[in-house]
Amino acid sequence: MTEFIILIIKLILIIAVSVGMVPFLIYFERKFAGFFQSRMGPTYAGPWGSLQSFGDMAKLMSKEDLVPAAADGPVFRIAPYILFVPAFVSMTLIPFGPMDVDIFGYNVDLVVSSFDAGVILFLALGSLAVYGPVFGGWASNNNWALLGALRSGAQMVSYEISMGLAVVGVIVMANTLNFVDIVDAQAGGFWNWFFIPQLVGFVIFFVASIAELNRDPFNLAEAEQELVAGYMTEYSGMRWGIFMFGEYVNMVVMSAVISTIFMGGWRAPFEFLDVIPGFIWLVGKMLFFIFLYMWIRWTLPRYRYNQLMDIGWKIFLPLAIANLAVTALIISVV
Amino acid sequence: MAGHESHPTAPPKPRATPEEMRERKRLSRQRVSDDSEFITVSMGPQHPSTHGVYQAVVDLDGEIVVNTRPSIGNLHRGVEKLAEVKSYHRFLPLTDRLDYISSFAMNHAYAEAVEKLMDIEVPRRARYIRTIGDELCRLSNHLLWLGVHVMDFGAQTFFLICFRDREYVLDLWEMLCGARLTHSYARIGGVAADLPDGWVEKCRAAMEFMPRRLAEYQRLVEKNRIFLKRTQGIGIFTQEDCVAWRVTGPSLRATGMERDLRKTEPYAAYDEVDFDVAVEYDADVYSRYLVRMKEMYESCKIILQCLDQLPEGDYINQDAASQTFPRKKRVMRDSAAMVQDFMQTFRGPKVPKGEVYKAIEVPKGEMGVYIVSDGTSIPQRLHLVTPTFYHCQATPALFEGEMISDVVGIFGSVDIVLGDSDR
Repeated sequence: MTEFIILIIKLILIIAVSVGMVPFLIYFERKFAGFFQSRMGPTYAGPWGSLQSFGDMAKLMSKEDLVPAAADGPVFRIAPYILFVPAFVSMTLIPFGPMDVDIFGYNVDLVVSSFDAGVILFLALGSLAVYGPVFGGWASNNNWALLGALRSGAQMVSYEISMGLAVVGVIVMANTLNFVDIVDAQAGGFWNWFFIPQLVGFVIFFVASIAELNRDPFNLAEAEQELVAGYMTEYSGMRWGIFMFGEYVNMVVMSAVISTIFMGGWRAPFEFLDVIPGFIWLVGKMLFFIFLYMWIRWTLPRYRYNQLMDIGWKIFLPLAIANLAVTALIISVV
Repeated sequence: MAGHESHPTAPPKPRATPEEMRERKRLSRQRVSDDSEFITVSMGPQHPSTHGVYQAVVDLDGEIVVNTRPSIGNLHRGVEKLAEVKSYHRFLPLTDRLDYISSFAMNHAYAEAVEKLMDIEVPRRARYIRTIGDELCRLSNHLLWLGVHVMDFGAQTFFLICFRDREYVLDLWEMLCGARLTHSYARIGGVAADLPDGWVEKCRAAMEFMPRRLAEYQRLVEKNRIFLKRTQGIGIFTQEDCVAWRVTGPSLRATGMERDLRKTEPYAAYDEVDFDVAVEYDADVYSRYLVRMKEMYESCKIILQCLDQLPEGDYINQDAASQTFPRKKRVMRDSAAMVQDFMQTFRGPKVPKGEVYKAIEVPKGEMGVYIVSDGTSIPQRLHLVTPTFYHCQATPALFEGEMISDVVGIFGSVDIVLGDSDR
């Protein structure tokens, strides 16, 4: 019974953290964009405009709940949540600290589930998230939305492959599919983190994750210069907000996964820094990657659709396979 | 000129023959098989980035554009009809609203045509001021164009960076005539007012500063591999296409044709300054960018020369009392000037019978004004030959076989403002 209650508390905490981060991420993104563009960003709502996202949310919620007459109602309604749910499930796999911690007299593992096939589950859930945009675009019954959905489908599927192969290098080195064990394999200091031996895999994974997240320079599915708003064209009000929210939750999850796989997860860069709780290290690393995503988004132009496919299939896929082969060779020899 | 040497001009590439260009264009465009099914999307007038209220109904085969049906006129205001009920002076502010990005150039084109019709002389100082004004328009227009063009390919930040520096030009305009967008600064026979005190120094400072900023933009854009990938070899529009569709201005010069009315039919003070016509040979989106970039350097150069050589004298012709306004200072002191002002305002200028066509090089291309006069102070017919109209009509040929991702970028690369086309 106690275990069950602890599990519920952990789940609530996970959801609260990943959802609670989103309004601030949106605020940070707008503020950063402002600084990159030599303007102020939001300033009016709350101190330094920090309550801007909450104001936006109140506005979105008070808007009319609009479903186009020609749309496929049920699919249209459910699509935003499909983007949302897999992200939360992936979040349960991420360890936030060591196992068997004593908290108020209870032995707690600081992970929701130490699942042995965690990496595979994460990749599978990532593929599920494609259905959000695809359903949304298809159900909208709008040509722009359809084009956006097709693009996002093709894009996410092709980048998933290089992403998966990039992780395999780490799996070979850590000899496990469990996120908890992957973090343990990186114990000792930052020179043991996998981003050093697996630099190629790290870069591929990071770039592919930008494509997975549909962000600039790979945000073809919602490229407003081309497709109006892509699969979100017909969405408005809170349903559009959920899509938006889902993208930011996905960003949180993706940054958590990169930190866990390549950057030592909750572990400190030096052992003497272990006094600072692992949770803080993890969030710090996540924020670093989130900042990178934002930086890239506000700096680079966008790739064209066929160029994106070229990069995915002709550069990243062979590179990931070569990386895997070299890693496997070295591991088996050494 | 200061900073101009830093402009990294690549040595001119050998000019491709028309056949080679045609082949290159054919290879860059994609073709669809006959049994494809198309989906039709409407780009504009509510599309977020079609550069105004232009509509293109596009048939797509997957991502490839098959047919384009352009539609203009959403911004039609009947300017040409309005001209038939207004005196020549009163029509001038309406020309601001044609290409509102470079409104002084529009004033200038109109004033040049009317002056040619009336056969009146423009004082030398006024011609210099007009040249400066034209080039300031070219700078602000190209800066806006550059920001929007890079944003068309998805880089949002660059847009605001360009806007930041466009402010310097707009501030100059504000100081010169009080307006930042719709200048209405030209007058028949000259300009509305003399340069204010301190303007020359401020302008010189801005023009010496601008090339440094332009070099910065070049580094930012030309070293960006994504931008190069998106623009090189895209939207090839050969010289014969340009001639067939009457695409003028930087897009024409990007095909290697050295046609620039500032050089070939000099007006204002362009025959007294030294400048180069920017020419590129690849005829793609990137060449159009390069041509505009070079033109901005040349604009700074021209303005600095004009400021150095700026002659003394009147800013508006004072010898043609029945056709031009008097200097404003005279109106309050001299009864003849007051009568002249009154007559010009309420009755309009005296115009001989006849017809006239005059074209000048505005930032977007060649802007022609055709006037038929029946001898009254109101034009019998006034036709505006605006560049954007022709650029819009060329869109089906421009877009065919390109990918939908590039459509907005290519459309932007020929430089459009719909107020210009819809009139």
